[in-house]
Amino acid sequence: MLSCKEANRLISQELDRKLSWGERIGLKLHISMCDGCSNARKQMGIVHNACKHAFGLADKSE
Amino acid sequence: MTIDTSELAALRPDMTRFAYLLLRDSHAVEDVVQATMLTAIEKQDGFKNNSSLKTWIFTILRNKTIDTLRRGKREVSISELSEDDDDLEEVLFNQHGSWNQEMKPKAWGDPEASFEQSEFWTVFNACLHNLPEQTSRVFMMREFLEFEVDDICKELKLSASNCWVTLHRARAKLRLCLDANWFSGQGFQESRR
Repeated sequence: MLSCKEANRLISQELDRKLSWGERIGLKLHISMCDGCSNARKQMGIVHNACKHAFGLADKSE
Repeated sequence: MTIDTSELAALRPDMTRFAYLLLRDSHAVEDVVQATMLTAIEKQDGFKNNSSLKTWIFTILRNKTIDTLRRGKREVSISELSEDDDDLEEVLFNQHGSWNQEMKPKAWGDPEASFEQSEFWTVFNACLHNLPEQTSRVFMMREFLEFEVDDICKELKLSASNCWVTLHRARAKLRLCLDANWFSGQGFQESRR
């Protein structure tokens, strides 16, 4: 079972590379049981999306 | 087609902020922004109206910034690599790797609505600006210049593990900064009234 600390590293890395099958399963399982990490993942996703919109460069059709 | 120079000048603050987050040197930033504007004026025939002027200018700016980063990479000193909070994870997690109770992330409500508000972007830019120099550079190369992580490591001569840690740290810091200054703070509450 992943710790929150390990899960958080994967949450960041999934934005940069394709996680292995084992990593994906481990992360999914952890997040299904952990509110904190579930929120952390959403927040990192929002940070990532915000970057796409920063400087007014986002494609409006997105 | 001919570009409107006043429109070009209006883009200058955004160009400056963008280049600064990568270069962190006001002289280098000034040079890059000037060179971009010059290139834009020289090559204005290449600007087709089917893209926005801003998108076109930022393509030039990205390329100029990457060139400058490449030329200046020898100046990136090793001491910058272990920038401050190596212990961010120690603040967030206990010795078992679980969240420290007060650091456990809470739900952010409807964040997409925040993207519509200029106050949110002021906070977001301030949070980006507050990242340490090398952290900011690595993060910007990934998210804004869309480099693959391996290429960032090569360009900046960082070890792979250092690159991954730096990206993770940048995202964690931005998440915490937005939480403190927007989502849990006054900004978001007031914006919802």
